[in-house]
Amino acid sequence: MSHFQPSTAFEASDGELELLPFRFERLDGDQYLVSNLVGDMTFLSGPDLRRLAALDLAPDDALYALAFEKLLLRRKGQRAPLQLLAMRQRSRSSFLRTPTQLHILVVTLRCEHSCPYCQVSRRSTDRDRYDMSFETAARAVEVALSSPSPHIKLEFQGGEPLLNFDLIRAVVPFAREKAEAAGKTLDFVITSNLALLNDDVLAFCKTHDIVLSTSLDGPEDLHNRNRPRPGGDSHQLAVEGIRRAQATLGKERVGALMTTTEASLGRVEEIVDEYVRLGLDGIFLRPLSPYGFAVKTKQYAKYDSRLWLEFYERGLRYILRLNREGTYFPEFYATLLARRMLSDIPTGYVDLRSPAGIGLGALVYNYDGKVFASDEGRMLAEMGDRTFELGDLATDDYASIILSDKLIDLVGRSLTQCAPQCSSCAFEPHCGADPVYHHATQTDPVGIKPLSGFCARQKGIMTLLVDLLENSPEDAAVLRRWAA
Amino acid sequence: MKPLALSGRAIAVNAREGAPNHQVLRLVTPADPRVRGPQDAVLVKGGGSVPTGPPSGLVVQVGGEATLAEPGTICLGDEFDYLAAGDVIAVHADSRRVRTLYRRASRHNSFLTTERCNHYCLMCSQPPKNIDDRWLLDEIAAALPLVDPATRSFGLTGGEPLLQWERLVALLAQARDVLPNTAVHVLTNGRAFASPEIADAWAAIAHPDLSAGIPIYAAVDSIHDYVVQAEGAFDETVLGVLRLKERRQRVEIRVVLHSITAPRIVETATWLARNLPFVDHVALMGLENTGFAIANDALLWIDPIEYRASLARAVDILDAARVPTSIYNLPYCVLERPVWPFAAQSISDWKNAYLPQCDQCAAKRSCAGFFSTGRPKQSRAIEPLRTFDLTQA
Repeated sequence: MSHFQPSTAFEASDGELELLPFRFERLDGDQYLVSNLVGDMTFLSGPDLRRLAALDLAPDDALYALAFEKLLLRRKGQRAPLQLLAMRQRSRSSFLRTPTQLHILVVTLRCEHSCPYCQVSRRSTDRDRYDMSFETAARAVEVALSSPSPHIKLEFQGGEPLLNFDLIRAVVPFAREKAEAAGKTLDFVITSNLALLNDDVLAFCKTHDIVLSTSLDGPEDLHNRNRPRPGGDSHQLAVEGIRRAQATLGKERVGALMTTTEASLGRVEEIVDEYVRLGLDGIFLRPLSPYGFAVKTKQYAKYDSRLWLEFYERGLRYILRLNREGTYFPEFYATLLARRMLSDIPTGYVDLRSPAGIGLGALVYNYDGKVFASDEGRMLAEMGDRTFELGDLATDDYASIILSDKLIDLVGRSLTQCAPQCSSCAFEPHCGADPVYHHATQTDPVGIKPLSGFCARQKGIMTLLVDLLENSPEDAAVLRRWAA
Repeated sequence: MKPLALSGRAIAVNAREGAPNHQVLRLVTPADPRVRGPQDAVLVKGGGSVPTGPPSGLVVQVGGEATLAEPGTICLGDEFDYLAAGDVIAVHADSRRVRTLYRRASRHNSFLTTERCNHYCLMCSQPPKNIDDRWLLDEIAAALPLVDPATRSFGLTGGEPLLQWERLVALLAQARDVLPNTAVHVLTNGRAFASPEIADAWAAIAHPDLSAGIPIYAAVDSIHDYVVQAEGAFDETVLGVLRLKERRQRVEIRVVLHSITAPRIVETATWLARNLPFVDHVALMGLENTGFAIANDALLWIDPIEYRASLARAVDILDAARVPTSIYNLPYCVLERPVWPFAAQSISDWKNAYLPQCDQCAAKRSCAGFFSTGRPKQSRAIEPLRTFDLTQA
């Protein structure tokens, strides 16, 4: 009746195949992580990787099927694989179309806490000297709204921003009015320890749809040890603040960030439990950063990236177990990376993009009107290093800041696509260069990546995530839900 | 398990002098108050009295004595008893061949546009023929104005409808004008859209609710090409999907599951979620055991129970990537409970059936059931469900 051809009739013949760009990372033993141009990942044994590289593929070869699905090779003349890669690369980079969404206003340097790991240089006195004026804030809003992004996020930071709440109260309606005139949407965040939260502040946040972001380091003893304040009641005040904010604003309108100190290392389960107990919508397991007081007080040097990775993995596995058992509770860093690994939706997260988010993703307006490329860049300036200081609100506008030679030079050196050791890294599509970190730790915005704690943490976490996605179906299902 | 007879032979056709040999007719009741046009034929069932003098002079009589009292009468056997007012049939007077083109009460109307195809799929339910059947598109063009404008949707199938893309585009433009509230779903292998000219023409129709259902059987070129028996098919089909989506056209990806495609369903779903997450729908489809699927049974048959776990994973991967996903043609009893909400009653009513044991099943009313076409083959896992609650899936 019919004339069907066998499967062999449709297999590639000798010389018909060619490789597409891919990168690989050697893991333990003769095992490799292989990643295509846009970061689809797969594990290959050494022999298979060498066979792939040599295009030594037999007919009906499982390695051929895998390599084709992962866009590691094509038949000469095929157009679809290239079109898919081009389209996906375009999508992944499309955050570049709308520069500078995040604008941080440091409304005061004053703070009533005295945390030894603080990345910020806090001042405890002298209101006139360390508070932002309305004129400066208004100018910051104007600069923010003149960036190309149709969607602007204004974040009020400190110090403790509620110490200068009168300024926030004045700036928010001003910014709303200006945004409406400019045809832009506006989100507000106040980053506060919540110790000074009162009904007045809550009512204002409710009226103006402001999100609260706070700090919570875990159980009471750990939190209070990390975050000293007069009275030693930081934890109690943070918990009360979270509860009140949840009740007034809604659970999704208040989030918390934790910082890992040496004292946290053995206690990740307790820290996670504390977040779950308080009904927070997830946790961000964060390492210390090498800025501000964290360096001065030598907090930063107390654990290395290996210890931190152990802490992170233990925490992530514990959180995944909670999720498998029915509690939806994401770890936000894994969520962010999983989203980059499982989709091409541009994340634009300022620390995980290339070119880096300095200036293009975020601008920071200090209390005195100085403009910085990132929050960490501001901290460096407080330590006397003005590398990331881009200008002054008194004399600059958005264009002069963004087009300054200084920023262009720094951004140019932040391209992972061509930075040494990034350009050949299997994780490059999901990573970023973090020039501020490398400047701070190696006095070079590019840095030597094998010496970089940032690089070690990134590789460690991403290897763990790929392993979970490929080899642990139940955990992969959880990660997919987080990333959705 | 017998499908509805959508085509057959009339017992008798008493054609009027000068009447065309091929006619497309809409059936109306004797009492129908609507103004009747030349395409309207009065439907008379079970030996009811034949009215005199309908304007078109046409009568379709189903069952009863074949009286042939007057010229213009078509007598059909009892297998056409399902016909009702508003339905559209095609009649060839010389061969007495009769085909039902449209049933107003059905949600599953589809028109065959051609039997020609540039694929030769191992499991094709409508094996292609290399014949000149261009008249089929003319017939559909004649039928569309007779279709009830309240019809929710209809399909266009083949063969490969895009082989005559200019005429198909004209037909879709006609559908846009005469049936503006009716969705149209075209089953195509999508290869034609690799040509920007054809993709442009398709988009330029600006039909309010048009979609293309395009098969991708595996994300490996050699496997897909083998299944469709056409070298280079995968590359063109994927390009076609990209061109349609670039033009913001609706695309459904259809994956038929058999022993060549089912073992890779997790990989295929992963690839779709990573590379084509913007498609409008993905249908993961049980095999209809008819046509070439019977000839290739030894090559293709796999009990769905063998792939139930990987099918559930595939659905989860697509769903987590926010790709609207359905499972077609598979009964609940062969599916894992968490994916029950994705199972659709997908089998066209005229060939949809249930087994005797389904009468004891709590899920029968919302279950896809089975194909009655070809040589139905059942999973060993089929069993009545004692309780059924989708909310607890």
